[in-house]
Amino acid sequence: MNELRNTQDAGELIQYIVIKLGDEQYGIDIKYIDNIVRMQQITRVPKVEHFLKGVINIRGEIVPVMSLRLKMGIKEDEITSKSRIIILRLESGDLIGIIVDQVNQVLTLSTTDVEKVRYDDKNQKAGNSFISGVGKYEGGLVSILDLSTLELDTKDKKDKKD
Amino acid sequence: MDVSQYLGVFLDEAKEHIQSLNDNIMALEQDPTNEDCINEIFRAAHSMKGMAGTMGYKRMQQLTHDMEDVFSDVRAGSLKVDSNMTDTLFQCLDAVQAYVDKITETQDEGTEDNAHLIKALADIRAGKSGAASSEQAAEAPKTADAPKADAAPATGTSWKEIRLEPSVRSTLESAAEEGKKIYGLTVQIQDSCILKAARAFLVFKGIEDVGEIAVSEPSTQDIEDEKFDFTFSLVVITDADMDKVSGIAKNVSEIESVDIGEFDVKNAKSTEDKEDTAPAPEIREAPKAAPAVTSAPAAKTAAAPAAAGGKKPVGKPVVNRTVRVDIDKLDVLMNLVSELIIAKNSLISATTSSGATNSAVDEQIEYLESVTTNLHESVMKVRMVPIESVLQKFPRMIRDLNKSLGKKMELTMTGEDTEMDRTVVDEIGDPLMHLLRNSADHGIEPAEVRAERGKPEVGQIFLHAYQDGNSVVIEVGDDGNGIDAEVVKQKAIEKGVVTPEQAETMSEKQCIELLFHPGFSTAKQVSEISGRGVGLDVVKSKVESLSGEVDVKTKLGVGSTWTIRLPLTLAIIQALMVVIGGEKYAIPLDSIQSIENIPPTDIKLVSNREVINLRGNVTRLVRMNEALDIESKKTADEDLVVVIVKKGEQLVGLVIDELMGQQEIVIKPLGKYINKCKFISGATILGDGEIALILDTNALV
Repeated sequence: MNELRNTQDAGELIQYIVIKLGDEQYGIDIKYIDNIVRMQQITRVPKVEHFLKGVINIRGEIVPVMSLRLKMGIKEDEITSKSRIIILRLESGDLIGIIVDQVNQVLTLSTTDVEKVRYDDKNQKAGNSFISGVGKYEGGLVSILDLSTLELDTKDKKDKKD
Repeated sequence: MDVSQYLGVFLDEAKEHIQSLNDNIMALEQDPTNEDCINEIFRAAHSMKGMAGTMGYKRMQQLTHDMEDVFSDVRAGSLKVDSNMTDTLFQCLDAVQAYVDKITETQDEGTEDNAHLIKALADIRAGKSGAASSEQAAEAPKTADAPKADAAPATGTSWKEIRLEPSVRSTLESAAEEGKKIYGLTVQIQDSCILKAARAFLVFKGIEDVGEIAVSEPSTQDIEDEKFDFTFSLVVITDADMDKVSGIAKNVSEIESVDIGEFDVKNAKSTEDKEDTAPAPEIREAPKAAPAVTSAPAAKTAAAPAAAGGKKPVGKPVVNRTVRVDIDKLDVLMNLVSELIIAKNSLISATTSSGATNSAVDEQIEYLESVTTNLHESVMKVRMVPIESVLQKFPRMIRDLNKSLGKKMELTMTGEDTEMDRTVVDEIGDPLMHLLRNSADHGIEPAEVRAERGKPEVGQIFLHAYQDGNSVVIEVGDDGNGIDAEVVKQKAIEKGVVTPEQAETMSEKQCIELLFHPGFSTAKQVSEISGRGVGLDVVKSKVESLSGEVDVKTKLGVGSTWTIRLPLTLAIIQALMVVIGGEKYAIPLDSIQSIENIPPTDIKLVSNREVINLRGNVTRLVRMNEALDIESKKTADEDLVVVIVKKGEQLVGLVIDELMGQQEIVIKPLGKYINKCKFISGATILGDGEIALILDTNALV
């Protein structure tokens, strides 16, 4: 449905995986997604930032896992049977896992349907600074995650942006 | 001719030749009459010239050619080796190295002509006595000194010059009596051919189908080992006619020309005494036959310079059977072996956890285990290279330092054949060079001071490498001044590295450790050799990045010794698996001294730190659960399990909850996201897919 409608628009089509985190829905550009795995035992690594939960074994590779909730400053994850770890391959080539409450659907949005978040807006609320835009679709609104904020030295990156 | 595909081979060989030249000129400097050296130098220079020519690097060819001329005069005895000459030659080598570096980077040799060096070489030659030239021509022929090669064929002997062993002669004579035909033939392989031995083999094989090869020059063994230039000569006994034989040889690809003729057994020269059997008059019947097949005998001599332009690997007395393999391929292989070991561990844990004991399965698993262990060792060995490749540039460096520092010193090295992982060898060169320079610059005293102290005039610098268990130890040291702890302390205070109060309480050893502090250099003035801000801290961090450690022992006025200890392998190690607060950790077995059961009552407090008395040694305890921010599962009154680890001579007791056992583990990096914890050096995947972190005992000591 969505796909059909959106093809009429001039913008480029991008597929997003829609995840649920607390009450909000977030979209992640599918090209960054390496894998989605069920919740598994995470090996704790001592003396690291609180949002880094530890490491897991993905096909013989050691991959760090972060809690997106803690990173965004919302309350700690409640691990349920719907919880998943999304393995992302960031621009830098590094793999990193993020814990999400639920994976909902795959959504195709045209770039024209995504409204970019301006820099001013970004600084207003802590949670919003992880968002690069807001996408509109029939089911409502979806915030598009800005994956560059997950890269190392996120503070520098954010300052350089815009 | 497109030569780019040979660039890698060219560069590799050029490096080898430069190194060989370096070594031999050094040796020659010590012993100017050593003929082996002179010959070796000549060969290397000649090969380089040929290679450079083939690859079209004209400037490099020119310079090496002029060097070769000098060597050729030395060889002929018309020039004497002196220090002026070796200096010039070393400068030339540096220039050649510069060409090679440039080619490595840009595939182009650049535009530097090095005219002054060429002139210096010419001057050296001009200084020789005039009478030498004829002598030289007589000496030179077999070495393919191309321009002078008009008299004798430059590379290999033409069949007309083949000399017969008495036994072969009789074979040939009897064959001739039986009415068989005897031909001599000289085969010229194209100088672009890189598989000379294979081509020669095909010629041999083809001819053996129609006849028998009585003599080959050079010998078949040499030909197989590629110890020949682009020509070789044969004497063949056959029933076939001349055209057929030459046709067979010509049918092999990359054969430039074949010169064939009737071989005159009676008149052929003998290896024993040529006068004896060679009545002069009718000697040259055979040459008349030759033009029928090849263009002309002249073509042969004309071809010779071309052959001389090709590569000429006669310089290797012993040919190792080796294959050059890209290091990346070995890395892939190593990773696969790692995966295999993880899979093996998984299999073991799967069978033990299923509870089903089946002796047949156990047996096979044990077999698998021994195979994977052997496989791992073999791959490790393949990756191991002798440390020699790094060390061989040092004698030259010390020689140069001798001159530039105006000190007399000598470098002794042992254990050049000690083998280490390729990646480690590649990285260790700079730290070693730094330590050696340090010894030369700061360690060895000026001659007057040495005389005062009653030391021999020539300062001794040494480098010993040897294997010690699972590590390789490299000691670098000198019999020089040693390190003055007070000077170091003053300097440290001056630089603000420590406060005067701190310095007061420091032991001598701690003071010397200050040398490893970033940005520390005690050189009173910045010299060309050391003290350029790249200090011992870089040595230390480099060695530590290779999971090694560096230590120094020094005695003022007597000398100092730096000891670098490196692990043999970086990827797979034996480890002790332990449990701390319910989590699994691996401790590298290498660093473990012993494991102790300590009753809580044995723990004493010294300046508020927990210590135990371990057989007379006061040993500090580290509660691992505290270091790792986790609750211990043991109660306070239980006996403690303490793993005693050592770093150098220091011992520390790590308090853990439980021992699990020894296991072969594959080290995986944690990645940059999560490497903040300095106690953790990496992670490993256990048999059940679970991850265990590897404790960095060096950081804990």
